[in-house]
Amino acid sequence: MSVEGPAPTLESPGDEPPATVAGRLAGYVRGGGVITPVITALLAFLVGGLVVALTGKDPLATYKAIFDGTGLNWFFPWISSEDRTVASLNLQQTLILTAPLVLTGLAVAFAFRCGLFNIGGQGQYLVGTYAAVWTGSSFEGMPHVLHVLVCIFAACAAGAVWAGIAGLLKATTGTNEVISTIMLNWIAIWVGSWLFTLGGPLQTDEDKSVPVSPDIFASAKLPVFWGDPELQGLHVGFFIAIAALLVFWVVLNRTVTGYEVRAVGFNPDAAQASGISVGRNYVLAMSICGLLAGLAGAMDVLGWQFRIATNDIQISQIGFLGIAVALLGRNTAIGTLFSALLFGALLTGTSVRNLDPAVFQPELAIALTSIIQGLIVLLVSADILVIYLWRLRRRLPGRRKAVEAGA
Amino acid sequence: MSAATATEERATGLPDWLTLKRLGWAGVALGFLAFFVAVPPLLIRTPVVSVLLGLAAIGVGAWVVGRGERRLGWGAMVAGIVGIAGGIASTQTGTESLERVVVWSALFAAMLRYATPLVFAALGGLFSERSGVINIALEGMLLMGAFFAVLGADLTGSWFLGLLIGAASGGLLALVHAVFAVTLRADQIVSGTALNFIALGITSFMYLNRYGEQGTPQDLPAVPNVTLPLIDDIPFFGDIFGEVNLLIWIGLLMVIVTWVVVFRTPPGLRLRSAGENPLAAETAGLSVVKTRYAAVVLSGVLAATGGAYLSIGFVHSFSQNMTVGKGFIALAALIFGRWRPGGALAAALLFGFSSALAQRLPVFSTSAATLFQALPYVVTLIVVAGVVGRSIPPAALGRPLDRS
Repeated sequence: MSVEGPAPTLESPGDEPPATVAGRLAGYVRGGGVITPVITALLAFLVGGLVVALTGKDPLATYKAIFDGTGLNWFFPWISSEDRTVASLNLQQTLILTAPLVLTGLAVAFAFRCGLFNIGGQGQYLVGTYAAVWTGSSFEGMPHVLHVLVCIFAACAAGAVWAGIAGLLKATTGTNEVISTIMLNWIAIWVGSWLFTLGGPLQTDEDKSVPVSPDIFASAKLPVFWGDPELQGLHVGFFIAIAALLVFWVVLNRTVTGYEVRAVGFNPDAAQASGISVGRNYVLAMSICGLLAGLAGAMDVLGWQFRIATNDIQISQIGFLGIAVALLGRNTAIGTLFSALLFGALLTGTSVRNLDPAVFQPELAIALTSIIQGLIVLLVSADILVIYLWRLRRRLPGRRKAVEAGA
Repeated sequence: MSAATATEERATGLPDWLTLKRLGWAGVALGFLAFFVAVPPLLIRTPVVSVLLGLAAIGVGAWVVGRGERRLGWGAMVAGIVGIAGGIASTQTGTESLERVVVWSALFAAMLRYATPLVFAALGGLFSERSGVINIALEGMLLMGAFFAVLGADLTGSWFLGLLIGAASGGLLALVHAVFAVTLRADQIVSGTALNFIALGITSFMYLNRYGEQGTPQDLPAVPNVTLPLIDDIPFFGDIFGEVNLLIWIGLLMVIVTWVVVFRTPPGLRLRSAGENPLAAETAGLSVVKTRYAAVVLSGVLAATGGAYLSIGFVHSFSQNMTVGKGFIALAALIFGRWRPGGALAAALLFGFSSALAQRLPVFSTSAATLFQALPYVVTLIVVAGVVGRSIPPAALGRPLDRS
């Protein structure tokens, strides 16, 4: 396929590729409803299955085992009551991971709608966790709800400031937000490693030989509403994430701010010409993204982690997964929910605890998750490829006629 | 910057030979001197000298900034502040630990080792970005090179074949990037991000599948060191350059080769025209698509060579995600070096030096050494923000060719 190949079949207004990422992805959204993300995910899983087959294991059995570990079989009415008990425990884990993924996904999606590519979700998420663990382990004896709110506020503020740096640099000096957010990610990773390392300023006082933060107080923990709090039941952060989805949709589609953000995303020059301050919207949009990612950090710390070890900081992928979540969910609220659920389920299903090593080694499955995640992002990047395939299918009879008429 | 042009006419009252640029460099040098006097071999045990020298550097910097030479002026002021801080910190520390940390020849030798993967990856990025394709997947290409060099060396029993296989794996990953970025006109940042995830997944998967918990074998064939008998006998340089890994020399050589190819040959001109004005290049009869393909694949081969050095030339093993952000530091070096080979080398050496220092800092404090790892990223953030001189990318960077 050459460069000119697909171009004639793409009858999008003006075949020139739009200047911004948001403009490009708007075309992707137009190109075929819910079908293309499903095709994208299926293709990625297909390739993942091939990788499994190459190691001599049965891909179908592996995917079945991963699926059983996700707890999504809880929704099947026919499973036995013992299976249902196990499934409910697994489903709680899946949903615990879905909540922060929704938020980091929104953090990327909101930036895309403003024409910005926020690769810095990971850094914003991390500074959120630092702020949450710091405030959560301070203020002993504060009333429960107040303490939780203080922690959430601190985490959101930290994330917003962290992302706001990139927005401010973009607005004032035109610094490419991709580069600045990548740098901010790594700064956040090393600052966090420093905060909780041996002799670090926020290391726990209990055992000075472990690089870990102090535990947060019980008054800062989010209440569990499904399952046993001792067994990591589902905390109310899930509802906060759902609420964030609604707020995201309302702000973007029903407020002046959202209108301006989208206008800047489609065409900054046109927005500027019609009196919208592009710079102000860059800072605002990035800060909102950081706020969402910081909130995700608060959910994890206050909901189930309760502390941060320096190892977790290096391994954590929640913010990076947000990129795949947003892209697969096409930067919409409902799409983000479903793709966050997909990745949350994938993480739970491939975890060491849930995947039977006899079927497939969990460590390998975790690497497989990374491959599938990458393939999904890769396929979404080639919006033209997917749109092309989709339109080819839909317009095949029409095209044939057009060719005949042309001849 | 408009200030620079406006002040060129302003009389500085200086003799002709003393240009603002030279004065700025002198300020930077003064700043470094402020730190240098307090550590071995000079080891002056009072902070007064450092503070005076540092203040002089700041003064010169401020004066030069006022006359319009902003980049060097700010550089001198930063150097002055760092020099004072370093000088005071050094005089507060015991002589013994200072002498353990600041062994200049060992520091420089370590700097070369840490800088080499960055040099290769940054040069790779240079080819790709000069042709107009953003390469954010340098990290993944380094990782591919690192793993497949180990795998190749292990399977064939030869470091040379391992190196080739490692380089080829990076080229293959880069080919995928080229297909998506050039032919399919994908968003280059998104596809680069994707390739980083995929490279991490593939290398982890294959590593765990083959080597599992034991890790890579102890007796991996390694890229040999080159001993230069003549240089080895020179006191200071001998310690640094006397016995150096083959790939370090090749890396330094590649900087010169890259400069010659990109700026002094017809293919280099074609490469740059594809990145600056692809439509004009196309009009002149040059295939932008082919040029970009070649540049992106070459970038993968180079970056993966850096990864191969990391695994079979430097640490002699592979572990999951062993590059931990080196690809992004290389990207930073490329931007910091203004998309030029010499600049990228200088930046890579600077970042390499900071890594070498970080490796020795735990003598003082583990936590400070950890925080020090963030330095390259902070420096890059300041540079891309345009506070200290602006880096301007190739004009058509990130834009797919549109012929319609």
